[in-house]
Amino acid sequence: MSGNKSGKLSYGMVIDVDKCTGCMTCAVACQQENNVPFREDETNKVRSITWLEVFYLDNGKSYPDHRKAYLPRPCLQCDADPYPPCTFVCPVNATQRDEETGLVSHIPVRCIGCRYCISACSYHARYFNWWDPKWPKPMEEMLTPEVSTRMRGVVEKCTFCVHRLQLAKDKAFAEGRRELDDGEYVPACVEACPAKAMVFGNLSDSHSEVAKLAKSPKAFRLLERLGTKPKVIYLSGQEWIHKLADNVI
Amino acid sequence: MDSALIPEGVRRCSFKAFCLWLLVIFAVIGWGVLGGFLVLWKGLNVTGLNDYFGFGLYITADLAVIALGAGAFFTGFLTYVIGKKELKDIINLAVVVGFICYTGAQLVLLLEIGQPIRGWFSFWHPNVHSMLTEVIFCITCYTIVLTIEFLPLILENRQLDKVPEFHFFSHNLHEIMVVFAATGTFLSFFHQGSLGGLYGVMFARPFAFREGFFIWPWTFFLFVASAIASGPALTILVTMMVQGITRKKLVRREAISLLAKVTGYLLAFYMLVKILDTWWWATHTAPNMGVSFSEFFQAPYGLWLLFAEIVVCGIIPAIIFLTPKARADDVLLIVACVLDCAGIVINRFVFTVQNLALPVMPFDRLEIYVPTWQEWAPTLALIAYGALIVSLSYRYLPVFPRERELNPID
Repeated sequence: MSGNKSGKLSYGMVIDVDKCTGCMTCAVACQQENNVPFREDETNKVRSITWLEVFYLDNGKSYPDHRKAYLPRPCLQCDADPYPPCTFVCPVNATQRDEETGLVSHIPVRCIGCRYCISACSYHARYFNWWDPKWPKPMEEMLTPEVSTRMRGVVEKCTFCVHRLQLAKDKAFAEGRRELDDGEYVPACVEACPAKAMVFGNLSDSHSEVAKLAKSPKAFRLLERLGTKPKVIYLSGQEWIHKLADNVI
Repeated sequence: MDSALIPEGVRRCSFKAFCLWLLVIFAVIGWGVLGGFLVLWKGLNVTGLNDYFGFGLYITADLAVIALGAGAFFTGFLTYVIGKKELKDIINLAVVVGFICYTGAQLVLLLEIGQPIRGWFSFWHPNVHSMLTEVIFCITCYTIVLTIEFLPLILENRQLDKVPEFHFFSHNLHEIMVVFAATGTFLSFFHQGSLGGLYGVMFARPFAFREGFFIWPWTFFLFVASAIASGPALTILVTMMVQGITRKKLVRREAISLLAKVTGYLLAFYMLVKILDTWWWATHTAPNMGVSFSEFFQAPYGLWLLFAEIVVCGIIPAIIFLTPKARADDVLLIVACVLDCAGIVINRFVFTVQNLALPVMPFDRLEIYVPTWQEWAPTLALIAYGALIVSLSYRYLPVFPRERELNPID
């Protein structure tokens, strides 16, 4: 059962781990599209802001049985019923799930920076702005105008490029349409992936490609047993990857 | 120099000695203020916090002092609502300690949030489903209640009491104190519980998550039980410390013994439910989430923490508190109080730091948290702030109503 109330729209993503080459184009596209800040010195990786992080997985075996894979992890846009782990705990309603689209948003200008949502997320998909964001010249002039930059002391995370949804809606409205076609709204990471390992769309539309892939026998979710119901679904034909996706004793 | 402000019929150290003592306290507070200023000016990047450890020493300290401040509401409940009159000897100090804990916690909380000037958003945009909202509302209300409870004591200062309006106001506040004691009990029950709920509702964090009753996870009730089992221990400890430093008997032994006995029963009850919770968590909750109990304890956050919390700082002090001969011994009583308070600090530490250190995704790794001096300094300043308020209160206010009777001046 879908956690979001309307159930008509439930934007989600399918990532085929077997297709992912680990090229990080998705991460770069995300960083650029969403004005994600970076610092000159990023040695402390637990303070780096990476809305989409690519994890390296291996099966722990030595040659010739050694296998490796890459697992891109955007915000998993949890669909838990009644609330995702992060929105449930925010004291100021700075993060909410849009019940029309299922998108889990974050409002930086309302965020008080208590970091309770960071603590509640088991996927480490939320990041705190430890410093004021600064971009070297002339990068400041290359920021995406539709995405506001965040200030020091607030949390931020992947929004599935929600501003692109707004742009797609505006375009559809100008053309006299009320609904979007499949593929009309896609996040930057999906658009950029050269291996076509990422597919995005409405999980509630059984005809959409994303909904069909989500039902594949190769499909799995990260930490399924926690009941967070992520709307990012992974595909892999390799059993060791399925095993690595969840804690099973 | 300040003799006009000192209560009549009691003896205090010289003003010079008192100033020297204050100097030491202000040095620690100054260090804390410097650390806090740097956090506000440069941001939380000067701390040891990161995207793994969203919570750290500040939150551990906050949770611990709020639990230890429970001595105020619980002693108030026993004195005014249950009617244990012998505790009137100690209730003023319990209120002062509670006031210190709650106001101090709020000052540290100011540093903890990334956008302190937006703190009021918690009241403006409250998320009614968040346990933190309940905590913020209840703590704010209870700090107001504690201030009201502290006010009559302040107005009893020798000079302030000469003002008829103050005297009248203070007297009438005393008359209706039962109302504030009951309100404090109600508010405290909820925010102590909500602090536990804060962790128990994290259903994506297997170390913290607990099943529960209705909307409240078991940690809600465990935190209430642990707070009332440790708060009075701090009240006793501070009383013994003040008696030791001033070399005076300020409270009748019956009052201390009664509070120690009640603490013993509460601690024994808390230990029982804590052990039951740990057993259920290890055998049902965690395995259902795919995690084995042993995975929760990885060096440096090993099983020794659980042993220290339950056996050393739980069962042992409970035995001391419940054994009449042992609790009659000052040294053993102090040991029991220190262990009890340490146990609550360990409990709040594991829920805050160990919880976040553990990897949840199978390909993730354990992280270790090391606080910086900018976190230690305000935390230690919180203790110094407590020493300041207790020192000023003891010197200038009639904190111990039996002091004159127990220490007659020839």
